[in-house]
Amino acid sequence: MVDLKDYRFSEDHEWVKLDGDIATIGITDYAQKELGDVVFVELPSVGDSFAKGDNCANIESVKAVSDVYSPLSGEIVEVNEELDSAPELINQDPYEKGWIFKIKLDDKSELDSLKTYEEYEEYLKGL
Amino acid sequence: MRYFPLTEYERKEIFDFLGINSEEELFEDIDKALRNEDNFEDFPHALDERELIEKFKSLASKNTFNQYLSFLGSGAYNHFIPEVVSYLSSKGEFLTPYTPYQPEVSQGSLQAMFEYQTMISMLTGMDVSNSSLYDGGTAAAEGVLLVMRKSRKGKVLISELLHPEYKEIVETYVQNLGIEYDYVKYDKNTAKLDINDLKQKIDDKTACVLFQSPNFFGIVEDSKKISDISHESKSYSVQVVAEAYSLPFLKPPAENGVDIVVGEAQSFGLPLSHGGPYLGFIGAKEEFLRQMPGRIVGETKDVDGKRGYVLTLSTREQHIKREKATSNICSNQAWCALRAGIFLATMGKKGLQEVSSYNHKITSYFVRKVKELKGMEVLYDRDFFNEVVVKISDDKLFDKLKDKGILFGVDLSWFYNDMKNTFVLNFTEIHKKSDIDRLIEVLGEEL
Amino acid sequence: MKRELPELIFNKSKDGKIGYSLNLEEFDDIEILIDKDKLRDDLKDFPQLSEVEIVRHYTALGDLNYSVDRGFYPLGSCTMKYNPKVNEKVASFEVFSTHPYSPFDLVQGNLEILKLTEELLSKITGLPAFTLTPAAGAHGEFTGMLVVRKYLEDRGDARKIVLIPDSAHGTNPASAHFAGYDVKEIPSNEDGIIDVKTLKENLNKDVAALMVTNPNTLGIFEKNIVEIAKVLHKNGSLLYMDGANLNALMGIARPGDFGVDVLHLNLHKTFSTPHGGGGPGSGPIGVADYLKNYLPVPRIERKRDKFEVSFYNEKSIGRVKNFYGNFLVIIKALAYILTLGKENLKRVSYDAVLNANYIRKKLEGLLNLEYKSKTLHEVVFSDKGLNVKTLDIAKRLLDYGFHPFTIYFPLIVHGAMMIEPTETESKETLDRFIDVMKIILEEAEKDEESVKNSPYSTPVRRLDEVLAARKPVVKWEKGVES
Repeated sequence: MVDLKDYRFSEDHEWVKLDGDIATIGITDYAQKELGDVVFVELPSVGDSFAKGDNCANIESVKAVSDVYSPLSGEIVEVNEELDSAPELINQDPYEKGWIFKIKLDDKSELDSLKTYEEYEEYLKGL
Repeated sequence: MRYFPLTEYERKEIFDFLGINSEEELFEDIDKALRNEDNFEDFPHALDERELIEKFKSLASKNTFNQYLSFLGSGAYNHFIPEVVSYLSSKGEFLTPYTPYQPEVSQGSLQAMFEYQTMISMLTGMDVSNSSLYDGGTAAAEGVLLVMRKSRKGKVLISELLHPEYKEIVETYVQNLGIEYDYVKYDKNTAKLDINDLKQKIDDKTACVLFQSPNFFGIVEDSKKISDISHESKSYSVQVVAEAYSLPFLKPPAENGVDIVVGEAQSFGLPLSHGGPYLGFIGAKEEFLRQMPGRIVGETKDVDGKRGYVLTLSTREQHIKREKATSNICSNQAWCALRAGIFLATMGKKGLQEVSSYNHKITSYFVRKVKELKGMEVLYDRDFFNEVVVKISDDKLFDKLKDKGILFGVDLSWFYNDMKNTFVLNFTEIHKKSDIDRLIEVLGEEL
Repeated sequence: MKRELPELIFNKSKDGKIGYSLNLEEFDDIEILIDKDKLRDDLKDFPQLSEVEIVRHYTALGDLNYSVDRGFYPLGSCTMKYNPKVNEKVASFEVFSTHPYSPFDLVQGNLEILKLTEELLSKITGLPAFTLTPAAGAHGEFTGMLVVRKYLEDRGDARKIVLIPDSAHGTNPASAHFAGYDVKEIPSNEDGIIDVKTLKENLNKDVAALMVTNPNTLGIFEKNIVEIAKVLHKNGSLLYMDGANLNALMGIARPGDFGVDVLHLNLHKTFSTPHGGGGPGSGPIGVADYLKNYLPVPRIERKRDKFEVSFYNEKSIGRVKNFYGNFLVIIKALAYILTLGKENLKRVSYDAVLNANYIRKKLEGLLNLEYKSKTLHEVVFSDKGLNVKTLDIAKRLLDYGFHPFTIYFPLIVHGAMMIEPTETESKETLDRFIDVMKIILEEAEKDEESVKNSPYSTPVRRLDEVLAARKPVVKWEKGVES
């Protein structure tokens, strides 16, 4: 089981794990359950820049498409190419092997607006 | 009336059940002001079955086209269609089902579409095909939009010799999407795309080069060269095919480096039908699959491990992605694709090869015979498939031939202001040598 | 209906089999006037079968299909009414199958068919100018939105946004998008319709149009439509109506009288042309008089008893389709309209709405009805409160010989089940359908797994759509195992 203590969460059900000024981003277990079996992930390109809230990736299941919004501003430094051949990683292991992209942060203060794990759990209860 | 199964008695039963006295009570939300009986006063009376057939026979008698020997082509081709195509496609099991969204009860339609997709892939050499678009013109437009999505570049180069209607449709489609387009000239000596003009116009903003082969003048382009130049500028090569019967005769587009083929497959089993319904098709390399427009059938297994077929990759489509869909297309030309599949299977490898070869040879025969005539010239006498451009000296020739029961060809001055007395003639397996001989004979008399 | 899928046609193919019969003359001394390197070498693996095997193959495929000829399709939004056979007959007259570039004097019958259809559709809808060129409803929507756009640009007032209700069919926003518009969704109220207040809140000078379906996808009449039209027009915006649900209004009311500026129709819905497994359809559009010069080309004109074609229309949006549209489909629709005539136009909507209300009242106690407003030709239930999902009920219906209703649309109803019986279903069929629904709901109570694992009697069961989307196989390949 992954320790989600150090993760941060957005209201759009993305998670962030910080390592220096590189943030790894994926979608939460709640989000992958809502989507159902993931069949395809449209990844951003390395080098693309996004502002917080920009649509930077798309995740498709059989019956729906989910936009992924970047919870932070920055430049994409790495994308999880494993998802090209194994999109089901997002369902199987959303918090580790199912990571989607890594972003180099422009502005660390943006992290403050994200939720902690407890806050996210509370948020889910209210939905 | 025979299409209303409810009897008066049953209607009353339902009224009683609903607690109403008449149907009118069900429409009470519609303002009285909108319910003027006179609105439908001036409407023809119902025709019974006999009267209906008489009416259409009367309308049919006002058409005399079929009495003529016609050499009209230019995007609508008169080919031999085996009887089984109509027999099988008009069965209620193929004509009256809905779209196969419930695959368990639609395996017939789905497998037939899978087979059709395969045959289009075989003919074009492409990895993937969809299960139809509306027609050649809209397919050309969808091809451009597909490339735009994939490349994210904003400009497209279009060959001057793309079918003029296809040009119009592409322009209508791209006009509001911020897409720039420019036309590449053709070499007046060869009626092929002017390679120098292409090299001059292509740049790193060009998403694709859209060209037709055989083109509107019937000439087979140097597709490989066009594709190479496109790729050098990191653009895609998109070939349009208006006469699908050229596919079994010519090298498959994929072998010429073409990335996407779009076009019109009416030649595969659809009668002239005064222009519709026809059959748009698209074939592309694997990398385009998730951006393809329209419905696509895929093979899969069911819960018992049995082979089965489903509509797949539906998240591209409008009913899921809505305004972000790859196309707005919903209803397509599925039944026409079914007919095409039956046609292709019936003509089969041998039939398609023999007939397409005949198409070229009989055109060749005409080209040779024209040399005997004065006052008429085949402008481009090689590298054609089944259409040639001829220039004539007499501007009344079309009418004179019409008076003698012959429809000479499509008048190019309809589309190009500077091309007077120039016609495109189409020859297919419908024409015998004797038809050509007759044409030549009459031309000889008139010229 | 338990039948096996036939082998793929490619696996039945054998070298040397012939399916066609066509004697072609020889050309011994004719040159191939094209470079050899442009020619194809071979058509590898392409089918070769005898005519007998082809007929058997497609007959076997046909046996696997449900169809309107076989039974009821309660599909909401699709209007799967009976496809009259005499329409097929007249559409197959060879004399109608002319070349679209034929001189006009040789195809006067065809041009009259087109013009007469335009005129009758005008009478039915109250919109004076029609084009029959769009190939399907979505194509008509796209064409209609281009007309809106060109008109506004012409007025020097190019606007960027189109408003679309949350109950709309997916083609509406898709078509608006392809016409270059941004889409803004507006919510339906608790009666399931658009109220004027909500419209006004979302209206500004950047709104080009509102796209409305009437009756809407809940089967409810948008009763504020006349005021909505006035509010839009006052704002300089246009009213587009998706006419997919015209089956509730035939002979009853005309969209032109609502204030609709642009309307599309689906000939394969209200006008009985067969769906053919997904198409071809036909999506004519009708416009108010002030928009007629924007319609796409070609235009057909009636000049006394002669018909002419023009490839020029003063402010035309251009061309949206090759040639004239789906002509043979149009013939079938015309045959249907002439068969209905004045006497039967209203009966279509009367019986369609009656049947829908009958089903509503019968099932209302058993299924959750989200919106309680008056039902016209279709009704939408929800799977709320059930222990099985809409999908499961749909699949179990297959075992009882019914095609399911429309599922999961409109999006504003949870687990939507949209039922549209149409006027061509008998009371016996409706009663049987209602009985079966009751049986299935009882089954769900007693043994929900049995419903969740259905269907049991179809040739294939619960196909793996995830596999199909993750690892798409979209064609047969030699040597690759199915």
